[in-house]
Amino acid sequence: MTSDGIDLRRFDQVFFEECAEHLAEMEQILISLGDREPDHEQLNAIFRAAHSIKGGAGIFGFDDMTLVTHVMESLLDLLRNNEIPFARGMIDLFLEAGDVISMQLAGHSEGKPVRQEAVDLVRGKLQQVIETGAGKGRRLPEGPAPEPSPAEKGCEEPPLPSRYRLTFTPDPEIFSRGIRVESIISELSGLALPGAFQCSAALLELPELEGFDPERCITKWQFTLDSPAGREQILDVFMFVADEEQLCIEELPKRHAMLVCLPDLAAPPAGSPPHQVEPDPPGRRAYDGNEMAPGAFGRRGGEAQSSIRVNVAKVDQLINQVGELLITQAMLAQLSVGLDPILHEALQKSLAQLERNTRDLQGSVMSIRLVPISIVFNRFPRMVRELAAKLGKMVELKTGGDSTELDRGLIEKIADPLSHLVRNALDHGLENPAARAARGKGPTGTLQLKASQVGGRIVIDVIDDGAGLNRDRILAKAQERGIACSDSMSDEEVWPLIFAPGFSTAEEVTDISGRGVGMDVVLKNVHSIGGRVQIASEPGRGARITISLPLTLAILEGLSVAVGAEKFIIPLNVIIESLQPRPDQLKSVNGRQVIQVRGDYLPILRLHQLFNLETEVLAPERGILVLVELDGDRAAIMVDALLDEQQVVVKSIETNYRKVEGSAGATILGDGRVALILDVTELFMMQKKI
Amino acid sequence: MHTGQVLAVQQSGEIPSEYLTFTLASESYGIDILKVQEIRGYDCVTRIANTPAFIKGVINLRGVIVPIVDLRIKFNVGEATYHEFTVVIIINVVGKVVGIVVDGVSDVVALPAQSIKPAPEFGAALDTRYITGLGTLNDEMLILVDIEKLIGSEELQIMDTTEKSQGEAAI
Repeated sequence: MTSDGIDLRRFDQVFFEECAEHLAEMEQILISLGDREPDHEQLNAIFRAAHSIKGGAGIFGFDDMTLVTHVMESLLDLLRNNEIPFARGMIDLFLEAGDVISMQLAGHSEGKPVRQEAVDLVRGKLQQVIETGAGKGRRLPEGPAPEPSPAEKGCEEPPLPSRYRLTFTPDPEIFSRGIRVESIISELSGLALPGAFQCSAALLELPELEGFDPERCITKWQFTLDSPAGREQILDVFMFVADEEQLCIEELPKRHAMLVCLPDLAAPPAGSPPHQVEPDPPGRRAYDGNEMAPGAFGRRGGEAQSSIRVNVAKVDQLINQVGELLITQAMLAQLSVGLDPILHEALQKSLAQLERNTRDLQGSVMSIRLVPISIVFNRFPRMVRELAAKLGKMVELKTGGDSTELDRGLIEKIADPLSHLVRNALDHGLENPAARAARGKGPTGTLQLKASQVGGRIVIDVIDDGAGLNRDRILAKAQERGIACSDSMSDEEVWPLIFAPGFSTAEEVTDISGRGVGMDVVLKNVHSIGGRVQIASEPGRGARITISLPLTLAILEGLSVAVGAEKFIIPLNVIIESLQPRPDQLKSVNGRQVIQVRGDYLPILRLHQLFNLETEVLAPERGILVLVELDGDRAAIMVDALLDEQQVVVKSIETNYRKVEGSAGATILGDGRVALILDVTELFMMQKKI
Repeated sequence: MHTGQVLAVQQSGEIPSEYLTFTLASESYGIDILKVQEIRGYDCVTRIANTPAFIKGVINLRGVIVPIVDLRIKFNVGEATYHEFTVVIIINVVGKVVGIVVDGVSDVVALPAQSIKPAPEFGAALDTRYITGLGTLNDEMLILVDIEKLIGSEELQIMDTTEKSQGEAAI
């Protein structure tokens, strides 16, 4: 510890992240309750989350956050101790409080505006519940009475007090962790019976004056108190403060003469008079057991956290470097091709080994970025609950495959489309209980979210057992909007019509959905991350919307093709087949050449024309046509030759340059040259402009 | 040197700035050396379709895709020929790494602030907007270029003016 102290700002980010985690945990528990009364364990878990947030906020100086969490914590504490009966409205109130804390958190971390009136409102509501509910509780006889207020002590028969002697030898760095010994002392004295608290301090060492660091704690404390509180309650005072080896608690024989424990040294006045009735400050308090974890008091030691926090930028850097390694390996492999295998057998073996190693390394590194989809799924229970209440529907949400992992970047981008789909399913898909009863279905609708990995892709299903898509209404609406359609279209052709911009069949626009900005945005977002959307629906039985995504955005399976002197990568997932056309397959429509493949006429995209390249292959029958399909659009890309099918590392051109039309990025080939990755959607648009 | 002297020098602005000098046709130019990342040869440039002629394309600079601008074509000076002696100065400004092709790199010189004179309204291949001043070195004139402004200018079309999909394509 240096004399200039530590800058706590550095740790703000850690606090923000932890706080967000605690909030999420709290919300998850609250939602999982439904309308049931939480059991003791659940209350404790919520309480722990609120307490950790408060503690962190206090240490980092976000006092506004401590205010809300403090009131919330008080209420939770009363609930835990059965001093206030549980009421259903409380869950909503806690959720609301959670939102307010999130808002404050966003205010601190991202500078977003904080609506103070919402904060005050929630605080007021919480306070009100505490005041009106106090005293109505069903006090259970068993269990230690936790932290009885001084007023209560007088009228109730306290449990027989025990005498404790505590020896607290704090970590020398304790001050730098923002811990104030005074507050521990006053808390302890609050636990003690009136006049039965003594405190003494002793120096562990006496440093030279020159080497004296006021921020190092060299004091050891001894406390003696008579208290009705249990041993665990006393331990909890030291929650987050002391490890087991730093604290020694002895239970002395009862009715021991008070004056046995005289201070070793001239001690500060023995504690503060415990009877002072002070307003409860938002600081540390003593809490009952359950938080006892093996290892350290109050820490989450039991569920050994086997993960570490790493900055995403570091992971990205690692991925980039592995990408480099992959390219270098490819270069070496290319250089060794010309070598005589007999003379250079050992070299080639080593190179093969290198290739395996780099692939393994790449796989491991890529997996670092993978996170479970439950991160996204977890936000839906609450949304569904609130929406269902608003819409007067009964909905059961089921999730499956929560542990399916996908790239972090994808997780962020899939969240919005998914919530759109969930909203749509609730609003338009699922019927209200009366309508369900009329169709002979149970009153509660089911909405399923399922994720799974199928081959190299992640598949996410949103399934509801509602009314299904209404074919006639979609067709009518499409005609109204001037979208090309006909009654003879098959269902598979009708469903995608809902993806058209501005399309909405909702009879009335609600504030939940129906403004017609939904599905086309869903489709666009999913496409932007290389995904596809499929719809299946059965009238009266429900609908299933399937999103399929690539595992990662960083690596792409591609086909490298040559046009003139340049090489391009065509993503493998859009390619149907490649062929060399016969002259009789080539037709002309309006002066433009098309190719007839099994009855279909596909436009020919000449890459050399689109990209102004010089090549000797000008006639399609001399080159190769790569048939591609994206969103139902099909075309044939004309190239000089097919080169190789390979995994390429996607690099951004935009890091140092602007967006290049027709490309979805670039990659570095085995020879060290840059090759553009084609964006087929943009190629279609470029073709239309010609 | 005593601390007092250092202070005096700083106050009078006599700490000379260092410039990397290069040539375009017959003119000598200088750019702030701190903006220069490295100097390398010209090879393996991948063309980008539908870009102005002075954008030569992109190269792989140790895994980073870097655009290459030929200032000779942009400012219509000299002959844009490419051979083993063609030099690319890799510049790191406004968060972007960009390579510029010039006729030749000459030297790194230190110019004290008082030897830099304001630029006249005309006289160089470069627009005066991008010129911070004229320096004199051994009786030779050095045109000092605000490379940051030049690279960031709309004229060069390196920056995405719409600033939309920033980083979206990045992994």
